[in-house]
Amino acid sequence: MNGQGVYSPRRKSNLHGFAGYRKHYELVLMFLPVVVYFVIFKYIPMAGIVIAFKDYKIKYGMFGSEWVGLANFTKAFATPTFARSVTNTLTISGLKLLFGFPAPIILALMLNEVSHVRFKKTVQTITYLPHFLSWVVLAGMFQQLLSPNNGAVNAVLRDVFGVQKSIYFLGDNHYFRGTLVVTDIWKNVGWSSILYLATISGIDQALYEAATVDGATRWQCTRYITIPSLVSTIVIMLILNVGSIMDAGFDQVFNLYNSAVYKTGDIIDTYVYRYGMGDMKYSLATAVGLFKNVIAFILVVGTNLITRRISGEGIW
Amino acid sequence: MVHSKFSVGKAIIYAMLVLLSLTIVIAFWHLMNLSLSPSHIATKGGLLLYPKEATLDNYARVIGNRYIWLGYKNTLIRTVIGTVFQLFFTAMGAYVLSKRFFPHRTFWTLFIVFTMFFSGGLIPTYLVVRDLGLLNTYASMILPGFISAYNLVIMRNFFQSLPEEIEESCLIDGAGRFRIFLQIILPLSKPILATVALWLVVGHWNSWFDVLIYISDDTKFTLQIVLRRIIITGSKEILDTSAAASAAEMESVVSSEGLKAACIFVTTLPILCAYPFVQKFFVKGIMIGSLKG
Repeated sequence: MNGQGVYSPRRKSNLHGFAGYRKHYELVLMFLPVVVYFVIFKYIPMAGIVIAFKDYKIKYGMFGSEWVGLANFTKAFATPTFARSVTNTLTISGLKLLFGFPAPIILALMLNEVSHVRFKKTVQTITYLPHFLSWVVLAGMFQQLLSPNNGAVNAVLRDVFGVQKSIYFLGDNHYFRGTLVVTDIWKNVGWSSILYLATISGIDQALYEAATVDGATRWQCTRYITIPSLVSTIVIMLILNVGSIMDAGFDQVFNLYNSAVYKTGDIIDTYVYRYGMGDMKYSLATAVGLFKNVIAFILVVGTNLITRRISGEGIW
Repeated sequence: MVHSKFSVGKAIIYAMLVLLSLTIVIAFWHLMNLSLSPSHIATKGGLLLYPKEATLDNYARVIGNRYIWLGYKNTLIRTVIGTVFQLFFTAMGAYVLSKRFFPHRTFWTLFIVFTMFFSGGLIPTYLVVRDLGLLNTYASMILPGFISAYNLVIMRNFFQSLPEEIEESCLIDGAGRFRIFLQIILPLSKPILATVALWLVVGHWNSWFDVLIYISDDTKFTLQIVLRRIIITGSKEILDTSAAASAAEMESVVSSEGLKAACIFVTTLPILCAYPFVQKFFVKGIMIGSLKG
C-alpha cells in the first residue's frame, strides 16, 4: 500500500480549503455574523439539550448541573398527561391531515372552473386574508364568534338551523378538536391552494383543447387531465405534511384552549410550555421537547428522502 | 379556456365559493358592527349584519389607552429594526454561500440547513436568551430569530442565478467583495429583497410568543401581547389602568365584547389596509419559495 499516494491529494485539497479562507477573507468576514448567530442561538441551545439528562439548577447553569441519566424521561413518561399530550398531538394532526389536506386541492379545482376573472380574483383575495393574521387575533375573533352565550355562530345555528342548545365550541371536549380543524382550514385553505393553482396553470392547454374536440365534458377534463397533473404535487405535499405530524399547531391550540379542554386539546408543545415556562420544570420539559424533536427530525428527514426519490430532486 | 354554458355543476361550485368567502367576510363584518355597538346590543349577541345604534365609544376607549399606543410603538420598533438588520445580514450571508469557490461551502450550507430540521427546543433557547441577559430587551424580540435558514437558502438561490461576469469586471477594477455586494448585488436583487422583507414585516407584526416568554416589562409589550392580554386572558385591567372613569361607569358605556372587537380592529388595521396592495407580492413569493433549491 502506498499511503502517501492515497493521502497526498486529499491533504492538498484540505490545505487548499483552509488557505481559501485567507484568500477570501472578505467573504469570511461577511459570513461571520451568520456563523456567530447560528452558534449562539441555534447550536448552543442544541448543546443545552443536555439538561434533559440533568437536574437543572439555576446556580449551576446548563452545563454545570448534576447528571441524572434518564430520570426526567421516566418521570415524564409516567405522567398520564404526557401520554394524553402525545395522543392529542397525533389525533389533532391526523384530523387536520384528513380534512385540512384535501381542502385546498378541492378549492383549487373549484377555482379552476371559474371563468369570470373578477369573481375568481375576489374569492382568492378574500380567502388568502386570514393567512396574514396571527392566531392571537383569530383566537380573539373566534372566542367572540363561537361564544355559547352571545356568539354569532350559535345565533345562526339557532335561528337558521333550529339548533336549540348552544354549543360551547371552545370549552366542550366533544367539539374542541373539530373546532381546531375547521378554524385551521378557514385560516389556511385559500393560501394553501396557491401551489395547486400554480401547478394547474402550468398544464399544457393543448391537452384540454384536444380533449374538448374529442367531446370531453368539463368534469372529464378535470378527472382525466387536471387531477392526474396534480398528483405529483399532491404526493409531495402529503409527504411533507406527514413529516410535520408532530406539530399539531402550537399557536392555534395555545390561543384557543383552556383547562376545560386539556383532555382533548393539550398537545406536546403546550405541555412543554406549561411544565417548562409555567412550572419552571426546565429539565422535564426539555426531555419531553427532545422526545418530540427527535421523532419530528426522523419523520422530516425520512419524508424528505422519499420526496427526493419521487420527484428526482429534494426540497433542499 | 373553454367557455361552457350554464350547468348545475358550475352553479354549485360558484355557490360554494361564495359561501366560503362569505364566512370570512361576514366574520369581519359582524365583528366590526360589534365594535361599533353599545353594551346592551353587544351583550345580547347574535349576528350583527348592520350597526344598530352605532357608537364610537369602544374605539374611544381603546385609542385612549396607553398600552395600545405603547404596543404600536414597540411593534413598530421591532418590525423596522428587525426587518432592516435581518434582511441585510441574511442577504450578506446568502451572497457568501452563493459563491461556489467559498471554502467548505457544502458544510456551511448544511450547518445552516440542519437548524431547520432540528432545534434545541423551547427551554434551552429560553435559557440561553436569559443567560445572555436579554430578557426584557428589544434584542430578545429580534436576535433569537435573527436569520431564518429558509430565507437564507432562498436568497442564496437567487444570487446563484445572477451571472458571475457582472462581478468580474468590478473585481478587476479593484472593488472588494463587500463593495460589490452593496453596490452591484443588492440593487440587482430588489425583487427577492422585497419579498423577504415583506415576510419579515408580517412575521414581526404577528409575532407574540417571544414577547410572551422574554418580556415581562409591560411598557415593552407589543400589540399582539396587549391584544392577547385583553381578549384571551380576558383581563380588562390593562385597559382599566389608564381609564379615568370608574369601573361602573365604564361598564355602562362600553361592553367588553365591543371593546375586544374594537381592539382586534385597531391592532389589525395596518394589515387589513396594506393587504390588498401587497397580496400579489406574497403570491409571487410563494412561487419563489417552491422553486427547487
